[in-house]
Amino acid sequence: MMMVLLAVLVWLALWALNVRLARSAAGGVRAAVPLIFGLATLILWEGVVRGLEVSPIILPAPSAIAAKFVTEIPTLWVDFSQTVLKGALSGFVIGCAAAFAMAVAVDRSPFLQRGLLPFGNFVAALPIVGTAPILVNWFGFDWHSKAAVVVVMVFFPMLTNTVQGLRETDAMQRDLMRTYAASYLQTLLKLRLPAAMPFVFNGLKIATTLALIGAIVAEYFGSPTRGMGFRISTEVGRLGLDMVWAEIAVAALAGSVFYGTVAMIEKGVTFWHPSQRG
Amino acid sequence: MRSVLPVLTVIAALLALWYIAVVPMNAARAVEQAARSDVTLGTADLIRATMDMERPRLPSPHQVFAELWDSTVEKKVTSKRSLVFHGWITLGATLWGFALGVSLGIALAVGIVYSRVMEMSVMPWAVISQTIPIVALAPMIIVLSSSVGIEGRGVPKAIISAYLCFFPVLVGMVKGLRSPDQMQLDLLKTYGASGAAVFWKLRLPSSVPYLFTSLKIGIAAALVGTIVGELPTGAIRGLGARILIGDQFGNPIMIWSALFAAAILAGALVTLMSLLQSVTLKRMGMAR
Repeated sequence: MMMVLLAVLVWLALWALNVRLARSAAGGVRAAVPLIFGLATLILWEGVVRGLEVSPIILPAPSAIAAKFVTEIPTLWVDFSQTVLKGALSGFVIGCAAAFAMAVAVDRSPFLQRGLLPFGNFVAALPIVGTAPILVNWFGFDWHSKAAVVVVMVFFPMLTNTVQGLRETDAMQRDLMRTYAASYLQTLLKLRLPAAMPFVFNGLKIATTLALIGAIVAEYFGSPTRGMGFRISTEVGRLGLDMVWAEIAVAALAGSVFYGTVAMIEKGVTFWHPSQRG
Repeated sequence: MRSVLPVLTVIAALLALWYIAVVPMNAARAVEQAARSDVTLGTADLIRATMDMERPRLPSPHQVFAELWDSTVEKKVTSKRSLVFHGWITLGATLWGFALGVSLGIALAVGIVYSRVMEMSVMPWAVISQTIPIVALAPMIIVLSSSVGIEGRGVPKAIISAYLCFFPVLVGMVKGLRSPDQMQLDLLKTYGASGAAVFWKLRLPSSVPYLFTSLKIGIAAALVGTIVGELPTGAIRGLGARILIGDQFGNPIMIWSALFAAAILAGALVTLMSLLQSVTLKRMGMAR
């Protein structure tokens, strides 16, 4: 019981520290606030698990997970490269590129645009992950089927965002390009694609999370004996929850880095957009 | 309304593509079957054979719709083979998860709008929580809740769908609760309004349009969450379970019809939300 009490006290103390930090204005200090909050929550978790002697089958302590993580780095790396690098990343690139190309292709026909937008928006809201068993059946157990699931999942969000983005320029801007006697291609490259970039990146950011989900779900339906989804489902069966948590930590890390990378590129490309001018 | 024709064209084009794809996808298996019964197929026969296979790699659209019709209208709703029955189970878990997620999202949003510390410490983690693929958590949530002593799969499914739908609500509500401008806040100050009055009479009403926009995204996300919760876990009831069972028994028509049933359910839920939105906003005098 002492452990739990102590952990709660530490949590409260760190929260109080956060309250003080939040009032100060310095930029570096502000970045510390969420980190301290995360640390405090980990300490609380550790304290509760140890103090109440929660069985590791229900909830392992963060220290146990960290230990498992360190000893299992080779396995985790194999799983990571199978699921994220081969499955999710290649699917992400193919799916987003295909959707982008298609959006540019239908761009010349307002009729098709009007048809694709509501349809694509509807499809983007559907549980596409359900196609995973079908695609695993078609493309086999290795990473190709995982990439296929990812392609299908990221295609429509990316398509609707790009189509929407290409419509963003207003008549005044297009007229200006016309007075410059710009060709279709020039207008597209110099005006409309740059103007579409905030939307394109919105689509890419949505696609990053979908890509990981797709790659992992597809592994539940059959995979070679490696991969994050495979490891999670077998370790859950063996009640090795510390390994499951270690895989989740990898997934969270991969997801955050993936998202962060796209967000950073966005910052570089759409520096002119109001949402990026801080 | 003027987009009806284009949308129909797109759908017709997709259906045509689907029919065309059916032939090469199933051809190999059709030829194999014909060879087994010592029949040689002409081109027309081959195409006809690929359209109505028993266990096709890609079922043709009319097979899927026939199965959909058969398992919704023709079967009794209480039958285990009725998609209405499975859809009902999925719908129940979705609505529970949706209610849970929306309450969590609104509560966090209120906290974030009123407390700077909360904003700075919770908001980044809420963003990070969405980059964790929920499916990684799904099997564990189910093991966890069964070892804590919760029977059945309703609760874990609802937790997973709540996890997916709280975030859009949180983001929308933070925006909405902050939407009253300084002028309006100042006006309430001149009335001597208390903090609670500012919340109930200004901030909350002006957040309603934002809330409904998020609810539409949220309910679709909640359905995705429920189906994901059913998929990898050996559930036996629900639309996700139908997909899983179809996969295990090698029955693609069953998978496809369950997928379409899920699509119809998603469409119905989003439409319902839009209706609620227009009625509410009209009564509040906010309709655009």
